[in-house]
Amino acid sequence: MPTLETELYRGGRFVADDALYIADDAPLPVNAPANALVIVSKKRYLSARSTLDAWQGRLGLVLETADTLAELENTLDRFATVVLRFARYADGRPYSLAQRLRHRLGYRGELRAAGDVLQDQIVFMLRGGFDALEIAHVGTRAALRANRIVVVPTRGVAPAAQVLEAAE
Amino acid sequence: MYRYDEFDHSFVAARVAEFRDQVQRRLSGELTEDQFKPLRLMNGVYLQLHAYMLRIAIPYGVLSSRQLRKLAHIGRVYDRSSGHFTTRQNLQFNWVRLADIPDILAELAEVEMHAIQTSGNCIRNVTADHFAGAAADETVDPRPYAELLRQWSSLHPEFTFLPRKFKLAVTGASVDRAAIQVHDIGLEVKRNAGGEIGFAVYVGGGQGRTPMIAKKLRDFLPERDLLAYCEAILRVYNLEGRRDNKYKARIKILVHEKGLEEIAAAVEAEFAARPVATAALGEAEIARIAAYFAPPEFASLPKHAATLEAAQANDEALRRFVARNVSAHKAPGYGVVTVSLKPIGGIPGDASSDQMDALADIAERWSFDELRVSHAQNIVLPHVRLDDLPQVHAALAAAGLATPNDGLVTDIIACPGLDYCALANARSIPVAQEISQRFADLDRQAMIGELKLKISGCINACGHHHVGHIGILGVDRQGEEFYQITLGGAEGADCAIGEQVGPGFAADKITDAVETLIETYLKLRRDPGERFLDAYRRVGLGPFQEALYADA
Repeated sequence: MPTLETELYRGGRFVADDALYIADDAPLPVNAPANALVIVSKKRYLSARSTLDAWQGRLGLVLETADTLAELENTLDRFATVVLRFARYADGRPYSLAQRLRHRLGYRGELRAAGDVLQDQIVFMLRGGFDALEIAHVGTRAALRANRIVVVPTRGVAPAAQVLEAAE
Repeated sequence: MYRYDEFDHSFVAARVAEFRDQVQRRLSGELTEDQFKPLRLMNGVYLQLHAYMLRIAIPYGVLSSRQLRKLAHIGRVYDRSSGHFTTRQNLQFNWVRLADIPDILAELAEVEMHAIQTSGNCIRNVTADHFAGAAADETVDPRPYAELLRQWSSLHPEFTFLPRKFKLAVTGASVDRAAIQVHDIGLEVKRNAGGEIGFAVYVGGGQGRTPMIAKKLRDFLPERDLLAYCEAILRVYNLEGRRDNKYKARIKILVHEKGLEEIAAAVEAEFAARPVATAALGEAEIARIAAYFAPPEFASLPKHAATLEAAQANDEALRRFVARNVSAHKAPGYGVVTVSLKPIGGIPGDASSDQMDALADIAERWSFDELRVSHAQNIVLPHVRLDDLPQVHAALAAAGLATPNDGLVTDIIACPGLDYCALANARSIPVAQEISQRFADLDRQAMIGELKLKISGCINACGHHHVGHIGILGVDRQGEEFYQITLGGAEGADCAIGEQVGPGFAADKITDAVETLIETYLKLRRDPGERFLDAYRRVGLGPFQEALYADA
């Protein structure tokens, strides 16, 4: 669960974030705005699946770095957002989870990166299939606002420049 | 050879700008050393015992004269007028200043070179047979595939933060000079009965503290599936490789712990899902890359090199050099020349800036402007006319580069060891130098025959001691340098991990021990054609142990 203030970067700009992370031991919000995005852990979802599937609003899933996609294969349509949390940026498992979600399991909703989201990995994240970034790091937000993220083009996958331009 | 296009220019230039910004943030204190470390490592910058070290990528070891001249220039301006060629076909500068590194990278960018992914937990510089495109025994030129893998793996958005480093090697010849079975992924390009190109795919080899020989995943992976299949392997590794202990984080440990069957099943399932991101390689793309590696325009020459033969008749040094350092070329009248960077008593792999310039000149004039770095830390002139060899030999001799010891006991592979490296437990270079001096006599070396001696200054095995016919591993024993000996290691098709022969030796006894081993071999070999490795395989450790420890 986010402990720091974060801002959501999506489509080339910072946007308001209507996500509500619900702790595993907390009740679902009773007075949430109708349109709110309620995000739960894999454990919470699997243990309270029928309740959550009946939830009227938008539902999101947050996967920790060590989580797998087991038992989620046929549930992905249910989620408006899947958040992949980077415990440390040097632990790159979420990049492969993102690829599996997109290309093996056909997930089409929003993919968010959260956790240790830093300036020097942003281009990898955008090229790696993430649509939105929850950013706590102040310097990284400043760098994005000042357009200081250096784009290094590469072959084989969509060049980051295109990703960034498309996002703008 | 591969000619970098516009994309690569903008790629390296953008990368220099990025790193300059990162260095600036480190120098200003915005980034701590801890935060900076992974960023500098991604650009090949290490912090060693005495200084920063910069490791420059030489993709599959191929260099043009222009590029080598630039390396000579950088050595002169920013280092101590020399550079060190490594077992990964790269070049290291050991004495550079951090503040200068962005400028060095900018200089490298002028010749389309960089230091990206020469360190860090990513896909490292792809290596290949250093005789590629030249060797008489080659089935398929591995360089186009090494280049495809290089492009694919450069700043890969999924595989830049793996559990640990990841090394790929490609060979395409019947003799494996790229040591593919001690790589994370080893690829042998070959043809099937129908003449189609494909790959034997090996996974999970490596050296380090837990040496493992790779296991075969596929015997014939179709050419078009190369990248998709590698992607499947990497994805399984990225998700399942251990991250709790850096010494157990390589894919070899994953393969070992889970077993080949389970890993193969996971890879095949991932591959069957055929990620959209890596569609099959198109024939046009393969052809486009392969065109860069079209052979140079060899002259139509007789096999018999009359000029060379006449010159050899009364030039013993030339005769020795040709016998030892020139290998068979696929084009008649040409040879592949190995330039030894192992002069007697020298530092293995070191070349001065002047020597690099000399090599660039020689390659430009006599080898179609092309050079290779071998993983044995030597330089290769891939395409030399046999009748030009007298001139080439003279030019090499003038630069101190004509040591005729390719594959002999003084052609030692050694890591930088405790003279430079922060990880080392013991020095490697002085041991190499002393052994080299002990066996300086060229007749004696030739009489001993092929013998691969490899020295690592610590268990990380950068000096490849596990696959040395004689391997030497430096260890620290209560503050004293000790050297353990392994025997019978080999790379290539008959790949084997050496066996430890017994207790280690102090620094002042290790050369004697090596000499004892060699004398023992000479006494027991069946005939001069039986190499040290063959004899060891026939008789085992016993006679060598007896000779070494008889007095103990």
